[in-house]
Amino acid sequence: MIAHKKIKLTVNGVVYERTVEPRLLLSDFLRVDLGLTGTHVGCEHGVCGACTIIVNGDSARSCLMLAVQADGAMIETVESLGSIRKLNSVQRAFHEHHALQCGFCTPGMLMTVTDLLRKYPLATDEQIRGGLSGNLCRCTGYEHIVEAVRALVRQREGAP
Amino acid sequence: MKPAAFDYMAAETLEEAVSALARAGGDGKILAGGQSLVPMLNFRLVRPSILIDINRIRNLGNVDVTGDVVRIGALTRHHSLETSPVIKAHLPVMTAAMQHVAHLAVRNRGTIGGSLSHADPAAELPMLAVLLDAKIAIRSLHGRRVADARRFFTGSLTTDLKHDEIVTDVEFPRLSPNVGWAFEETARRAGDFALAAVAVTMSTRDGKADRVRIGMMGVGETPLRAPEAEDLLAGKAIDAQVLEAAASTIVAAVEPHTDLHASADYRRFLVGALARRAIRAAWQRACGALP
Repeated sequence: MIAHKKIKLTVNGVVYERTVEPRLLLSDFLRVDLGLTGTHVGCEHGVCGACTIIVNGDSARSCLMLAVQADGAMIETVESLGSIRKLNSVQRAFHEHHALQCGFCTPGMLMTVTDLLRKYPLATDEQIRGGLSGNLCRCTGYEHIVEAVRALVRQREGAP
Repeated sequence: MKPAAFDYMAAETLEEAVSALARAGGDGKILAGGQSLVPMLNFRLVRPSILIDINRIRNLGNVDVTGDVVRIGALTRHHSLETSPVIKAHLPVMTAAMQHVAHLAVRNRGTIGGSLSHADPAAELPMLAVLLDAKIAIRSLHGRRVADARRFFTGSLTTDLKHDEIVTDVEFPRLSPNVGWAFEETARRAGDFALAAVAVTMSTRDGKADRVRIGMMGVGETPLRAPEAEDLLAGKAIDAQVLEAAASTIVAAVEPHTDLHASADYRRFLVGALARRAIRAAWQRACGALP
């Protein structure tokens, strides 16, 4: 019998203490143990990007981390971004540019774009598409997602 | 798509990690970035009895330059290598190669020690280690040893690492500013594993190519060098004819496999095309004609 491990972590500003089996994926921990079902689970092997979250300031696939690894970590999920009444800038850009249809990939897209905007110039469409290439969307054909990111880059650079 | 049960320990020191690995007796796995290991756990392709997490070990993720050597700690993340000014200054071919490694969320976690230990034949860092004759430092309970990169990779996903050993850091020879370099890769989609890639470094002496290194991946069970083409280029001014001769030598020497992603013939064609591009660009850089 394998001993369960006690972990303490901060998710979207709330401190949680839980006891988990070592093999529990962080994605399942967030969804099942904490009830934060905004993080979606697609492929469970790091290909689709739907489960992307932010761990200690960097985007990560939550299906490629174990809950035990997150002991002491600061985690942000899509729930941290905004609410239906008060969308944050990334959510608003997706809304305005029709960058989602079924919405399954959207939580991962939003978290990925959040990290991309912090780390890359995204000065060209090629860079934007390269940055988004780890997140699969089967509805939009990506064009409107690229448009939303272009608008966010303009906002970041201070354009009206 | 859920891992089989395993035990877990977060090592605080290298000593703790190698002790735990030795105790596991071949049934333990080191967890670094986890970007290859966790998919394999999820698919139950590997079922270790214990994971030894080394992410909390201090000072295992540093990049420093001493004399002519760039030392990269095993826990250095791909994104750090991609953006490091030290790497750009001393190993620009690595900065170029890192643009092709997976996606940001994977680069944020994936590590050089993990990439070398996993030894995917289409991964960039093992190929760079072979290209630049890197020295791979390895620890176990019995002490420290250093492996030559060219002897470290023994097959697809197979290395010279014993079950109780762990990669601690990798030493690359610094490239002086007058070394020409190039990295050319083709993948189906941005961030996918390469169908094939070729990297080249060379300097010039009296207007001729000197100290030529050619590394290849995706065309064998391990990353490869192209010694015949390297010898052919050395001492020559590289013109169209020399370039063609070197590319033909490479195409004739490789024995790629056919798989789901590309046929052997296509890979052979591709490695020739990439070699032509990479040799030409490295030569131009060595001559100061390319930034």
